[in-house]
Amino acid sequence: MKLPTLREVGNEAKLLLIGIPVFIWTMIPIYHMFLFAISPKEDAFSGKLWPDHPTLHNFHIVFYQEHYFLRDFWIQFWNSTVIALAAGGLTLFIATAAAFSISRLKVPGGRWVMNLALFTYFIPAAFLAVPMYRTMGNYGLLNNHWSLILAMVTIASPYAIWVLKQASDKLPVELDEAAVMDGATTLQLFRLVYLPLMMPSLVAIGTYAVLLAWNEYLYAFLLLSKDTNITLPVALGNFLAADDSPWELLMTTGFIYALPPAAVYYAFKRYMVGGLTAGAVKS
Amino acid sequence: MAITLSGDQAIPAPPLSSRLTPAQVWGIVLLAPYLLVFLAFVVYPVCYGLWLARAPANYVALYNDPIFARAAVNTLIFLVIGINIKMLIALFLSGFFAQQRTWIKWLSVIFILPWAVPSIPTILSVRFMLNPEWGVINHLIFSFTGDDGPNWLNDPTVALTMAIGVHIWKSLPFWTLILITGRLAIPHDLFEAAEVDGASWWQKFRFITWPSMQTLYVTCTLLSMIWTLGDFNSVYLLTGGGPADLTHVLSTLGIRYLRLDQLSLAMASIVVAMPLVLPLVYFMMKRLSR
Repeated sequence: MKLPTLREVGNEAKLLLIGIPVFIWTMIPIYHMFLFAISPKEDAFSGKLWPDHPTLHNFHIVFYQEHYFLRDFWIQFWNSTVIALAAGGLTLFIATAAAFSISRLKVPGGRWVMNLALFTYFIPAAFLAVPMYRTMGNYGLLNNHWSLILAMVTIASPYAIWVLKQASDKLPVELDEAAVMDGATTLQLFRLVYLPLMMPSLVAIGTYAVLLAWNEYLYAFLLLSKDTNITLPVALGNFLAADDSPWELLMTTGFIYALPPAAVYYAFKRYMVGGLTAGAVKS
Repeated sequence: MAITLSGDQAIPAPPLSSRLTPAQVWGIVLLAPYLLVFLAFVVYPVCYGLWLARAPANYVALYNDPIFARAAVNTLIFLVIGINIKMLIALFLSGFFAQQRTWIKWLSVIFILPWAVPSIPTILSVRFMLNPEWGVINHLIFSFTGDDGPNWLNDPTVALTMAIGVHIWKSLPFWTLILITGRLAIPHDLFEAAEVDGASWWQKFRFITWPSMQTLYVTCTLLSMIWTLGDFNSVYLLTGGGPADLTHVLSTLGIRYLRLDQLSLAMASIVVAMPLVLPLVYFMMKRLSR
């Protein structure tokens, strides 16, 4: 055992001086949400940092839909799940096909399509929301889950195509040539050579699209409005409509809503960090 | 050459299908789903929107709407001040998180939480903390000073600052993560050499870190600015544009007009933002589509 030198202690102290505020800053809103979820109403509204009587009763109320604002909780949870998974699956299908076509088959005009997609990626989604809302009305899709699924696919695909194209450009051409030499058709090439090699990127992109759709608020609240077909974030926003909102239940529902994406994110973190941050910004 | 050229060019081009190889036909088939989505949900809405916003009267109405002027100023404050502060913090923290310590590794796992959880519940959580009567912040102020705390979200300047704070809270981890990857890509022997030469902390940053991260940093800042133009949640869920519609930004203003059934005004407010957006987008496209 060697005692640390004064300089090392000083260094460590400096790092802690940064680390502690960072920890507090990060945790405050999340802890506050958690605190409300385990507090009875009186404790929550009295500004305590830990409730006198921590309880899971709020979760009971949410799960058994025992409040006016929560009467459709499970169906809204289901809506969120279906829309997120459908948007994820559809994005994955469209983007993989497009990336394969542009990167491996060198389809004429592929570069042009890539640039259009990239352009869409940079247009802020909130700006597209206004014309998209009207368009969905024209298509007769308002209040239909397909409107939100298709909107999410539209927003997720450009980035998905771009990341998948970058990844597939890195696969050696010789692989394709060897497979074609052995008599593989284009579809076999896609299914047996391309898809298995792209798996890590596909996981990253699928996760990205599912989380994007699960977390979406703006489009969901524009495109869906019936209590039984809205998603959870819209339901959370609707709590604000009343002056005496049950905030402890709002925070409990929010906590439940936030858990699946956080779990998915941490479960697929190694794909996400490798697959997405590398693609997000190329230096 | 002369021999091989003989026939080909005299004959008129054969129909498209026979000129394409089977692989190219498949290429078009596989590209079709995205093209359909693009045409139906990007091209058509954008053209339709531009058509709706065609009348010059819309722009006169916008120009005369004080809420629009305020929203434009707020958007600029959000972008110019908010984003630069965020990126500077991210640059600073990327240095912190690049340190090799076990506890810093664990902290970085926690630090990413705001990015990993959906923004709606956390923004609403902040909103309640700032509640003047029931929020925890004013409770603490009262218990320490015996005075009532301020009515946070009722002051437009404070409310907008809080919205920027919420935005920073949410997206700081993402940009820090990107800048960490940039920092880790710098060869370590450069720092060791500088250490031997007795370089100070600032000299190491100024002459090694910054030159190699400059491009990444500028790209990130511009990209963050473009995306922040579309940050609807931070403002809408925290302040709702209030008090008295003084904290709107362009993205919430468009939705406000939409909810008031003034669709052409909503589109016009977006068209007006294009001179700001398009140069940024053009610049980013040039950087990324290589």
